[in-house]
Amino acid sequence: MAPGGGTPDPWEFPPVRAARLAWLYFRIGAMNELQYRVNFLVYLFQSALALGTGLAVLALVFGRVSELNGWSRPELLAVMGVFTIMGGLIRTVIQPNMTQFMTDVQEGTLDYVLTKPADAQLLVSVRMVAIWQAVDVLSGAVVLAVAVLRLGHGMGLAHALGFAVALLAGAVMIYCFWMMLTTVAFWVVRIDQIVELFQGIYQAGRWPVGVYPGWLKIGLTFLVPIAFAVTVPAEGITARLSGSTLAGAVGLAAALFGLTRWFWRFGLRHYSGASS
Amino acid sequence: MTTAPQNPVATVGRLRSMVDLYVRTMKVAVSVQFQYRVGNYLYMVGMVAEPVIYLVVWSTVARANGGSVSGYTAGGFAAYYIVWTLVRNMNIVFTPYGWEQRIRQGRLSGQLLQPVHPIHHDLAFFAGWKFVVILLWLPIAAVLSAVFRPSLHTSAAQVATFAVAIWGAYLIRSMFLWLLGMVTFWTTRVGALFELYFVAELLLSGRLVPMRIMPGWVRDVAGFLPFQSTFGFPIQSLVGPVTGRELLTGLGTQALWIAIGAGLVAVVWRRAVRQYSAVGN
Repeated sequence: MAPGGGTPDPWEFPPVRAARLAWLYFRIGAMNELQYRVNFLVYLFQSALALGTGLAVLALVFGRVSELNGWSRPELLAVMGVFTIMGGLIRTVIQPNMTQFMTDVQEGTLDYVLTKPADAQLLVSVRMVAIWQAVDVLSGAVVLAVAVLRLGHGMGLAHALGFAVALLAGAVMIYCFWMMLTTVAFWVVRIDQIVELFQGIYQAGRWPVGVYPGWLKIGLTFLVPIAFAVTVPAEGITARLSGSTLAGAVGLAAALFGLTRWFWRFGLRHYSGASS
Repeated sequence: MTTAPQNPVATVGRLRSMVDLYVRTMKVAVSVQFQYRVGNYLYMVGMVAEPVIYLVVWSTVARANGGSVSGYTAGGFAAYYIVWTLVRNMNIVFTPYGWEQRIRQGRLSGQLLQPVHPIHHDLAFFAGWKFVVILLWLPIAAVLSAVFRPSLHTSAAQVATFAVAIWGAYLIRSMFLWLLGMVTFWTTRVGALFELYFVAELLLSGRLVPMRIMPGWVRDVAGFLPFQSTFGFPIQSLVGPVTGRELLTGLGTQALWIAIGAGLVAVVWRRAVRQYSAVGN
């Protein structure tokens, strides 16, 4: 803790400190939620219903055609798996933090966050965790595993790695998208409908973005990065992901993260608090 | 109230005050909801995502299938799902999830003191809201039509049926979701039940896909349930193909479900109120 002089403490290296802080909040949040065990069954049931509906739709579509826009049935099952995993991640860690942040701006309680001796963007991004929503991450992983088995060509280490990197880049982009959207709350205080709006648009990720008409495809790639969140990782699983697409995804994620950081600081400078 | 129910003057008076209640509540709803038009719009735009996804997928399937699926071309699907957006908006009623708040915060206690059944307030308020919704829907429909080029061949009889059927759908869904919501009087662990209901509705109503695309046994099951009267029938009545006879049976079926819904609401409500112990201030 002593500033200056001596050997630098490796625990105080900023990224490590940030990760420790995030982990601490994650543990507290998880412990809080783990008190309500019956919720696990409720979310498991919900997840099963959602998967059942998704499978029913796939069955209806593939009762008529043998492939959709070049994607076979097991390949679309893989898309569904990734969609479910990413949706679970969003609802476990991203969405709860963003809604809490919007509430804080509305009620003026954001001041308590800003006065804490840690980076404010980090704090508003890691405070909340809705742990039971992670059930979707598990059920999505099961669907994905079944899809990989059905595909039959197995998965090499390179593909697995490509998938993992693409998934991470996609998650970062969704986080950045949400963060920028909520930062707007500094100017426009009431944006209640945004969660619904995002959930509605996110459903588009159930299908590879290639099926959508041109303008919509562009919107789902660069405006709301659903293509990178779901389709690109799914391409990693189904062996159609090129190195350049992956590199592009990582590059875009990094650029978007930088932009988000800048936008957050810009917004923060305009924030005057609610209690004045 | 000293007048006997047979007294014709009293009956007319009751009817008039009921009409008055509806008109006034609807007017309030219109002005309240028009204030929040931006919020309303964002909500409606978010809702458009759902049918657009179905539309894109099924148009793709139709094209891959040689032009059509079960008689629907890409333009036919466009017509179906654009009309869907209006029907979906007509179908927004008091949510069953709202009952927990109503009961827990004791808001129901105030409503119980009023001399009319509380469902009238909900029916009137949401019906008033619909006028704002229809107005806001028109530009959305225009944009969707310009983008997806629906092929719609309809008739005056179909338009007339549709105009009635969307309100029938509204009544049926209002009452059945009220019934579902009232389960909250007995238990607060209702989330899973509601989810199950909404999934059944999604699959068996024509909301997910036109019922003609569903396998025969699914359609048979759906025939015994009210869901189709709230989605599939109103849409089908306007988009077709539909015979005059089917229009009449559809309206008749709606009337039947309205009667069943009203009867069930009356019975369950009476029992539910007995369960209710007021919380609040």
